[in-house]
Amino acid sequence: MSNIPTDLRYASTHEWVRPDGDGVFTVGISEHAQELLGDMVFVDLPDVGDAVSTGDDVAVAESVKAASDVYAPISGEIVAVNEALEDAPEQVNSDPYGDGWLFKIKAEDPAEVEGLLDAEGYENSIDED
Amino acid sequence: MSNTTALHAKHLEAGAKMVDFFGWDMPINYGSQIEEHHAVRNDAGMFDVSHMTIVDVTGVQAKNYLRYLLANDVAKLKDKGKALYSGMLNEAGGVVDDLIVYHFDDTNYRLVVNSATREKDMNWLNDKASGFDVTITEKPDFAMIAVQGPNAKEKAASLFSEAQKEAVTGMKPFYGVQAEDLFIATTGYTGEAGYEIMVPTSQAGQFWQGLLDAGVKPCGLGARDTLRLEAGMNLYGQDMDETVSPLAANMGWTITWEPTDRDFVGRKALEAQKAEGTEKLVGLVMTEKGVLRHGLKVKTQSGEGVITSGTFSPTLGHSIALARVPADTTDTVEVEMRKKWVTVSVVKPSFVRNGKSVL
Repeated sequence: MSNIPTDLRYASTHEWVRPDGDGVFTVGISEHAQELLGDMVFVDLPDVGDAVSTGDDVAVAESVKAASDVYAPISGEIVAVNEALEDAPEQVNSDPYGDGWLFKIKAEDPAEVEGLLDAEGYENSIDED
Repeated sequence: MSNTTALHAKHLEAGAKMVDFFGWDMPINYGSQIEEHHAVRNDAGMFDVSHMTIVDVTGVQAKNYLRYLLANDVAKLKDKGKALYSGMLNEAGGVVDDLIVYHFDDTNYRLVVNSATREKDMNWLNDKASGFDVTITEKPDFAMIAVQGPNAKEKAASLFSEAQKEAVTGMKPFYGVQAEDLFIATTGYTGEAGYEIMVPTSQAGQFWQGLLDAGVKPCGLGARDTLRLEAGMNLYGQDMDETVSPLAANMGWTITWEPTDRDFVGRKALEAQKAEGTEKLVGLVMTEKGVLRHGLKVKTQSGEGVITSGTFSPTLGHSIALARVPADTTDTVEVEMRKKWVTVSVVKPSFVRNGKSVL
């Protein structure tokens, strides 16, 4: 069973969300998602300053096996992207909840995060796959 | 129920991620297929290829039978143990399968054919044997391990007996030798030096463990695919099949036209294809972000083509592919990537040999 930290929130499309304070949230993909994709070779990130809406495809995680869209789990503005992934996309595999983060969103409405899945809810959604 | 090889327990023990491969439960990777790929290019890796089908062809007419069955000519094989790569064609000049044939003498040969096509191949071999005095025998009691990489031979040899070491001393590429209970061949599917070793199933687990202890990294089907594609080697069912001429699959070099009176299955159709002209298989190189994938459409000045195999090349750090395109294609083509047309370079279908880029 893959690791699903209980202090994060999740979208059913496999993104995780961590509050950084001041309405800013870090977003990455779950350990389960990186396992499904396999070795990551490119990560296409959004631009800082982009306005994004919930469900927009804002990034692409491309592995040896397949290219997968990454969706904005909440609405807001992109305030940072993980530029280290340009040279080291494998960090998404080795540390999906840490160095493998993708981007940070300044939430339009921080309360939107409460509507995402908790760890248990995400685990159940994986089991249904 | 899926088939398992004699090494199945070793894969599970190593934490391999297993997938269904045409009815066989096989390792796709043991963690990271890219690390496995680099191990083969820089050191030594091993693959369980026991799912492949080993077939012995013996009898007084074995040579004549194979000269009829295969587009390449086994009459070229003079040395004991010499191997030949060939297509096995149908009457329409399509590829039924590709295989390696080892020559021991004119009455004794060994074929290694693909696992995905096992049943079809066995039927084909038996069907074409009518009228020939030959015996066709499948050899399911062998496991097969490919040990590949610049240090592969040395590490594998640490498990060999004195007699086996002597048997492989000075053995050139594309030979095989039976040495005590191992059949050791200097063949492979990676573009590196190494061996493919047939070992009795009862000893397979122990032999695999010995290679592990000698520092050979286990590699799955994922790395096997990126390695063979970098080496520009075809994968049956992707780069060619029964509907594709070998002339359109970079297999022209495997067809022996002379002597012209040798009748082999598909010859007539092949001669017509040659006269008429066919598409060709080329290499594609894309240095921008993104990965060329099997099935993507290719646009050229004289018509459309298709990517038959595409991947990210771990050695080169960008995407490469094989594509079947119109015969006059040169320099560049356009590929549709995520709804955008991207220009990519056309090269000979070979990208990496012995650890180095050949681009």
